[in-house]
Amino acid sequence: MISKLPPGIKVEQKGDNDKIMTLNVGPQHPGSGHMRIIVKIDGDYIVSCDPDPGYVHRGEEKMAEYRNYITNIPHLERPVIHDSCNILYPYCLGVEEILGIEVPERAKYVRVIASELNRCVYTLYWLAIYGIFLGHSTMFMWPAGDRELLIDLLEKLSGARVTHAYFVPGGVRNDMPSNFEDVCLRQINYFEKRIKQYDSIFYSNPILKSRTINTGVLRQNDAIRLGSTGSVLRASGIDFDLRKKEPYDVYDNLDFQTNVLKSGDSYARSKIPWLDMLESCKIIRNALEKIPKSGSVRVKLKPNPKAGNVETYKRVESGRGSLGMYIISNGKPEPYRVKISVGSFRNLICLPYLLKGEKLGNMPAVYWSLNYWPVEADR
Amino acid sequence: MNNEMPNKTEADHNKNVSQNNNSSKIIKNSADLPEFETNIANMLLDKFDKKLKIIFIKKNRIKVDVHKDNIVEIAKFINQNLKFDHAESVTGVDRPEQNEIEVVYHLGSYDPSISNQILALSTRTVRESIPNPGFDKTRLPSLRDVFYSVEFHERECFEMLGVYFENHPDNRRLLLPEDWADLPPLRKDFKIKGR
Amino acid sequence: MLKDLVIPQNANAFVSKLGDILVKAIDQPLGYAINWGRIWSLWPVHIETACCSVEFGAASSPRYDVERFGIIEAFGSLRQCDLVVVQGTITRKMAPRLRLVYDQMPDPKYVIAMGACAITGGLYFDSYNVLPGIDGVLPVDVYVPGCPPRPETLIQGCMLLQEKIKCMQIR
Ligand code: SF4
Repeated sequence: MISKLPPGIKVEQKGDNDKIMTLNVGPQHPGSGHMRIIVKIDGDYIVSCDPDPGYVHRGEEKMAEYRNYITNIPHLERPVIHDSCNILYPYCLGVEEILGIEVPERAKYVRVIASELNRCVYTLYWLAIYGIFLGHSTMFMWPAGDRELLIDLLEKLSGARVTHAYFVPGGVRNDMPSNFEDVCLRQINYFEKRIKQYDSIFYSNPILKSRTINTGVLRQNDAIRLGSTGSVLRASGIDFDLRKKEPYDVYDNLDFQTNVLKSGDSYARSKIPWLDMLESCKIIRNALEKIPKSGSVRVKLKPNPKAGNVETYKRVESGRGSLGMYIISNGKPEPYRVKISVGSFRNLICLPYLLKGEKLGNMPAVYWSLNYWPVEADR
Repeated sequence: MNNEMPNKTEADHNKNVSQNNNSSKIIKNSADLPEFETNIANMLLDKFDKKLKIIFIKKNRIKVDVHKDNIVEIAKFINQNLKFDHAESVTGVDRPEQNEIEVVYHLGSYDPSISNQILALSTRTVRESIPNPGFDKTRLPSLRDVFYSVEFHERECFEMLGVYFENHPDNRRLLLPEDWADLPPLRKDFKIKGR
Repeated sequence: MLKDLVIPQNANAFVSKLGDILVKAIDQPLGYAINWGRIWSLWPVHIETACCSVEFGAASSPRYDVERFGIIEAFGSLRQCDLVVVQGTITRKMAPRLRLVYDQMPDPKYVIAMGACAITGGLYFDSYNVLPGIDGVLPVDVYVPGCPPRPETLIQGCMLLQEKIKCMQIR
């Protein structure tokens, strides 16, 4: 026994606590992603859990203070490269507000189409990983394969596979290619048919049901108290979708509905994004009908645009819930402060709460059902 | 270098507020101010009068500045009477020219009637030129007992700007590496490589 | 020398040297065969370090399917792995863990640096928490540039690694 320990290191007390074991899940672990979860277990049951994020903390907010409003775009989309349109959305809305730019009508529709396509791309990746976390290999292969269809569409639109940098303050970077609308419509129709089949292979699967139903139940008042957002919130029975509640761009012209489930368990949380994808297909089809057939898609900004002493907080509904950008300007070409408030980071607080009393084997099912992307949470 | 800029911000804000405050205690409902938001601001002014300043009222957004001694009391009122039930983000802003660190809580609500509103509650604390996070005067009362959801946000704010939140159950490190011994990185005097 | 060892008194020494002796004996004739076996069973460790992991995941999707080339999806314990694909940015918090993972893996082991971040720091060259490339942490065999590299690029990088292993001396 060492008589004197270095400061900061504690030996656990002997006695009743002796049977409690501490387990490090991650950062090298198939069930954790880019983060570490420190769990204390008693037998097979989790006594307490302490998430330890920060393995991908890259200081985006500090970097944003050194770049001007346009050169900030590429690095601000990196936290979620597979949902890059949606993370740039609030930034562009915010910069447009402080610079006083009005976006052309056609650009607004193009933005909506791109952001809905990107939401599906994100959700499919998430679903693929959720499948493989639960040992369901087919559910990795199907979404990962279908995802490529939509990636093709976005590649046509923007030229890059995942890092599009397609949204810029003042509109979108370039117009849609000439035959995009037909191709998009065809792909979306096929895609919708495809994802409807997920119901029979994944969501009605008795193994999945037995692993996710009634695990990690988040009740409605707790969901509010913990400030959860996105699919986690809607699975707990609260109808909150920013596309409806605070419609930005042209979402108030499009008809769609929000999906709400009551049960609040992992099954409901995993089902909401899938229902949202079906809704996204509707939105895209609707937007393709209503889009003005011609017109400009971008208001060109001056080089090094400057804003006055203003601040703005804009938020949109991303694949992981509400995503806000708080931009403070002080009259320089660079923002004074950019704060990215992301859904993943807000949902992280639910994890210790949900895992308490759960079996260790259910940890991946609960953890990944939070729709959590560690890179985004760390920024 | 950027000395005058934040001062100007302050001046602008003051102008706004004085316009609102001088005429009467209650903000008049003028054409360019949205009605619903003005009502919320008036409810706050009714109750707390001198203790808070309305900085701006825009569509769906209100910003309120309060002194740090009153923040818990005002937050309780906002939570219980105005139905703002969660915090979306907690932002620390370093303002070296005024020797202050501003902390802004963006409060939202899941109540259907006001779910499109964001109330920004800002407060200020002293800024030490040589920070010693956790042991210096850069302190604020924690809002964790009022809004449970600020827990991780306040931890992040502590490590990024060195603002210690009193009564917060664990002010441990969250995102930065364990061996971080430099200044808190989001302070303006922390310079990144090559800039 | 061999003759001295093959007597009962020197049995322990013989066993301890057996590895060296075998390597010497079979290097020439069997080296090719052993390397051939290695290149078709590269097992990457499941360690994700940043956003390039999205494209790493896409590389095992049906369209790209790296398994065709003998590089198996990242699953399994690190004790059975022989390839580290560093998927992007290495932060100061992750670097010691990455080295720990590398040190725990059995020999022989190979490293692919995937993405601009893993090569030079990439987009995050001036960030306070990001290492400028992983050369200071791990010995890299193949660099795969891109931000993120397309799955095809990653597959090409893997095939380059296989070419390299073919020409290596067995250890
Ligand atoms: S190279 Fe690009 S995609 Fe890869 S980790 Fe770095 S920023 Fe992310």
